[in-house]
Amino acid sequence: MRRALTRIAHEIIERDKGATDVVLVGIANRGDHLARRLATEIQRIEGTEIRVGVLDITFYRDDIGLKAEAPEVHETRIPFDISGTTVVLVDDVLFTGRTIRAAMDALMDLGRPRRIQLAVLVDRGHRELPIRADFVGKNVPTRRADDVRVLVTELDGDDAVVVEEAP
Amino acid sequence: MNKHLLSMHDVSADDVVRILDTAESFREVGTRVIKKVPALRGRTVVNFFLENSTRTRISFELAAKRLSADVINFSASGTSVAKGESLKDSALTLQAMGADAIVIRHSSSGSPLQLTRWVQGHVLNAGDGTHEHPTQALLDLYTMREKLGRLEGLRVAIVGDVLHSRVARSLSFGLVKMGAEVTLIGPPTLIPPDAPQWGVNVSYDIDSVVPKLDVCYMLRVQKERQRLEFFPSVREYNRIFGLTSARAAMLPEEALIMHPGPMNRGVEIDSDVADLPQAVIEEQVTNGIAVRMSLLYLLLGGGGAGALDG
Amino acid sequence: MAERPILFAGARVIDPVSGRDEFTDVLVAGETIEAVGAGVAAEGAESIDATGLILAPGLVDLHTHLREPGFEHKETIESGTRAAAAGGFTAVASMANTHPATDHAGVVAEIRDKAAAAGLCDVLPVGAITKGLAGESIAELGEMVEAGVRVFSDDGHCVPSARVLRNALIYAKAFGGEVVIADHCEDPSLVEGGQMHEGANSYTLGLAGRPAEAEELVVARDLALARATGGRLHICHVTSARAVELIRRAKAEGIRVTAEVTPHHLVFTDDDLVTYDTNLKVNPPIRTSEDRDALREGVADGTIDAIATDHAPHAVEEKEAEFDRSPPGTIGLETALAAVLTHLVRPGTVSLGRALEAMTVAPARILGASGHGGPIEAGAPANLVVFHPEEGWVVEAPFVSKARNSAFLGRELAGRVRHTMLRGTFTVADGKAAR
Repeated sequence: MRRALTRIAHEIIERDKGATDVVLVGIANRGDHLARRLATEIQRIEGTEIRVGVLDITFYRDDIGLKAEAPEVHETRIPFDISGTTVVLVDDVLFTGRTIRAAMDALMDLGRPRRIQLAVLVDRGHRELPIRADFVGKNVPTRRADDVRVLVTELDGDDAVVVEEAP
Repeated sequence: MNKHLLSMHDVSADDVVRILDTAESFREVGTRVIKKVPALRGRTVVNFFLENSTRTRISFELAAKRLSADVINFSASGTSVAKGESLKDSALTLQAMGADAIVIRHSSSGSPLQLTRWVQGHVLNAGDGTHEHPTQALLDLYTMREKLGRLEGLRVAIVGDVLHSRVARSLSFGLVKMGAEVTLIGPPTLIPPDAPQWGVNVSYDIDSVVPKLDVCYMLRVQKERQRLEFFPSVREYNRIFGLTSARAAMLPEEALIMHPGPMNRGVEIDSDVADLPQAVIEEQVTNGIAVRMSLLYLLLGGGGAGALDG
Repeated sequence: MAERPILFAGARVIDPVSGRDEFTDVLVAGETIEAVGAGVAAEGAESIDATGLILAPGLVDLHTHLREPGFEHKETIESGTRAAAAGGFTAVASMANTHPATDHAGVVAEIRDKAAAAGLCDVLPVGAITKGLAGESIAELGEMVEAGVRVFSDDGHCVPSARVLRNALIYAKAFGGEVVIADHCEDPSLVEGGQMHEGANSYTLGLAGRPAEAEELVVARDLALARATGGRLHICHVTSARAVELIRRAKAEGIRVTAEVTPHHLVFTDDDLVTYDTNLKVNPPIRTSEDRDALREGVADGTIDAIATDHAPHAVEEKEAEFDRSPPGTIGLETALAAVLTHLVRPGTVSLGRALEAMTVAPARILGASGHGGPIEAGAPANLVVFHPEEGWVVEAPFVSKARNSAFLGRELAGRVRHTMLRGTFTVADGKAAR
């Protein structure tokens, strides 16, 4: 995982010409920790301090009211103006794309970014919306019914990508 | 969570934590430029207020609108209700309009429960007679937790006309549920004799309790009650049970002074006391919107049969 | 009156007057009982197989609201007596809070005539104690006695003035020892605005209470007045343990007092009101389980003489309103017998014989309803009920009554009326209306 994050950090720096107007916004919950690690990497490589925020997209989900319980809400904390910046959304797994759609709508309500890019640790395919990642840690082909989870030390005690195949 | 919120007995301690935690996020939404999220887009929330209350109604209206829901206000005067339409027929009309949630305030205890028998949407009790006012209690719990960092073990006094106070009931049930220590204070004629069954203490001597409080919660004393003579005069009430400046000075420094509003300055609470920094009455109002958003979200955000994952 | 004699064969015949409780046959011819005995000769008679059924005197209700004249949207004499027949009653006492009030002979006659025309159940009108039930001055009791009234009550209202009640008790003595002054015992100043029994439940539910002491006070007052005047007193719908105790002691002392209790007060407690069910909203209110147990014991030991329904019909929309705007009252004619069988007799709290006594001969005596309440013997008027003591049924609308406000709505009861006979004529046959 460390190597993937380092590689993504390099790619961001390269794509965004030194990452001067880049801000990282992690999608709660795990994207938050990944975003902060990325920021640390970028700082180590380039010396630039990158602003990091966390975005909870629960209120923008397209499936509110469809499950038995209302989806659990996490914190949103973006203590800076995102207007005019390059926002790199950071998430652990890219799957159907609905989470990213919700994240973009949330960002638009918070300001007017110059551009939005997407960095994910794992792309497992099966997109249901026209969404694509700009930076990918690893492509992992899966079946629709499989379960893919990313574990991070900060929350789970270990770094790992767990794929559980459906029977 | 239950389908309806009619009483504090409808929520568990875990539910309360969830409601308050979610309200935090909605508080944050209230600090944004665009104070709106699309969570309840396309849903219809009806404010069915058969008892006047501008403040609570506006609070619910803002809460629903900030969740992008459509809001209908149905109030008592000038409508079919004033012409004698029954509660049941009004309910059926709301049902026919496709209300997803009905926020009801009524002067008759038990009417929200009766409403649930005639409508399919979610019913939220915004105050029914002298029975309960759960959203008020929840926003009060939010305020206490936010200012004092916890609810468990808090020493709270609820002072005044407990007998006729739906706020006192809901707040007592809620505080006891969350492990706080509650003391009811007031004239014996205004404290239900069976109150200790609620898990609370009772005292008729406010001066002995005030120095050991974390929260002093004052209830509104209604002068209209005077007709039935529960206490001899407003003057005597203020002297013996009111939160005068002298009494407020006996409160611990960190203690909060709270009131559900509207205040009778000079009766249950002296004017200067209401303006002390310990008095967080305005914050209660602000927190009300976030807590009501949280409730609407948690009630309407669930209940579906399917599950989608993104 | 049937054309042929009717033979009820093989029933368990229970007659509280004579104490008879045996399996035997009963032959009815014309308006009277012709013979009682096993294998009684019955040529030309229509035989009705009554095996497994109980045959008893037709039930008598001391306390019913027929609402006519004045409130026909709630019930009429016709619909009310039809409901009574369905419940096994052959005589009911109709309370005086009609409009105009039953406070003079004209209204008494009107009610009597309408009931006779319907021919479903005998109605013995109760006269008001005070003019217009206002509690201020005594009504023309004498004129009403001449019209056949024996019981006077302002029921719905308590007689607020001790002076007025005392005068009524004394004045009534002019008309022989038969005339009874019956009071609804609740001190008005203590129950103003009250919606249910005052206690832990009323505090939690946020409903103003009607405390038990409101009843105790007035019962004590009325008993003292009965003792001092020597008049005949009846306590309507007793609801509290304290009142039962006062009545028990008064009887031991020889005071001329009788008392009644309703089936719903014998079954429910104020815990049942947590659902804000308006059908359980009654005055005086349903109280605690301790009160209920005392009421049951009062029936068992005879302190409470009779079980009376206090059948109080209201229009559907009146009862579908907010709890505090809903008028108090529950219907009861159609469920009384089954409720008593299910909740008092079956658990063994009250014997079947005592329960039937409390619903037949005891109320008949207080009312002076001659010909009702037994005895079941040759020559007596054929006012009978035949019922299955165990048949289960669910209480649900529509009722025979115009109204639907039954405290037992949705509940299952055991005990079903098969036949009701009024002076030899079936008013209910095979569980269905016969007229």
